[in-house]
Amino acid sequence: MQAQPPNPSLAPSLAASNLACRRGDRLLFRKLSFTLGEGDALHITGANGTGKTTLMRALAGFTTPFAGEVSREGELGLLDERPALDPDLPLGKALGFWNAVDGGGDPSQVYGKLGLSNLLEVPVRYLSTGQRKRAGLAALMGRSVPIWLLDEPLSGLDTAAIETVTRLIEGHVKGGGLALIASHQRLEIEGLQTLELGDYVPARAVEEEE
Amino acid sequence: MIGTLLKRDLAKFFPFAGGGASLPVMFFIAVAMLYPFAVGPDVNILSRTGGGVVWIAALLAAILPLEKLVASDIELGFFDQLRLRGLTEEMMMAVRLIAHWLSFGPPLILATFPTAALLAIDGPTLHLLLLGLLAGTPGLAAIGLMIAALTASLRAGAALSGLLMVPLALPILIFGAGALARQDGASLGFVAAISLGLVAMAPFAAGAAIKAAREV
Repeated sequence: MQAQPPNPSLAPSLAASNLACRRGDRLLFRKLSFTLGEGDALHITGANGTGKTTLMRALAGFTTPFAGEVSREGELGLLDERPALDPDLPLGKALGFWNAVDGGGDPSQVYGKLGLSNLLEVPVRYLSTGQRKRAGLAALMGRSVPIWLLDEPLSGLDTAAIETVTRLIEGHVKGGGLALIASHQRLEIEGLQTLELGDYVPARAVEEEE
Repeated sequence: MIGTLLKRDLAKFFPFAGGGASLPVMFFIAVAMLYPFAVGPDVNILSRTGGGVVWIAALLAAILPLEKLVASDIELGFFDQLRLRGLTEEMMMAVRLIAHWLSFGPPLILATFPTAALLAIDGPTLHLLLLGLLAGTPGLAAIGLMIAALTASLRAGAALSGLLMVPLALPILIFGAGALARQDGASLGFVAAISLGLVAMAPFAAGAAIKAAREV
């Protein structure tokens, strides 16, 4: 499958209406609605366990939401805590697999931007959390898809890398993309909208926690 | 994309590619080597029972790769990323089935030659044994893949998959080893038919299993 050039007639969009998700028997959040279009960036915040990752997986289509609907236009890429890189392979080969799958061109520019050029010979299992995160982002960028779902993209990154990744997200959004970022950290992106997932936690669950 | 995936899967599972993937073949030869020590070097007993031992060794060797077959890639998020790229779970599992069979079936069939020498298996029996393994190992691979996918999200999955494999592989063993006892190739047709059915079913069953594993 070749990476498709963005189709200008079909603007990317991602919408959730009245979404509710649960994990096991517990209802995590409900009545969650938003609509995102071209150039939008949404920062999803919330305490641990409010269901940020569950929301991401529901939006990606991996799980069926308990209630509500997800609709989207355009291809979607997900970056989570599992970058799908073979731990035994050197980073260059592990990323090379995804580059071959996506039919991408020369990825060295992306590697350079993310500071991975010196790590290509290092087996993935020796990489630090932050380095792995950046590698996952490199695989995502190789796909040139319009919709980015980023689950904690800044965790484990040093100050310089946070700046780089923030600028990359901003660049993606400005270039007609769309990004959803679940993160505890502060994000400095122009025009960023914020959604506090804690506002959608059912009342009973809040009482129980207090 | 399919070709790239097959190449990657083969690199991960093929013997001597590293990561201890050659263990099933070594294990297979080791069982055949131990057998004469255990029952004594009587040529009659060895050549009469040797074929059955090879079948048991093949079945046990097919269990060894199961632990890494599906679970590690679920943990890596590998199937998730392929799904996002538009590949169906059934196709991923079909590719995995081919890679799994190629990495233990043909090496096992090759290893049957030294094994036959160790167990004093004669020409006609060896012939039936090789045909039987050729027909039976795809079925064993298919059962293995289904079990590996089903047990991937369980904590004790690896131990359980070994136990589950044994009863499910019985029909292949009965017809495969039965052909040796009667010196008659007809029952190998059954082995091939069972294998065919299992191979056709496995990608769908295993695909459904990894889809279901996401919904927890």
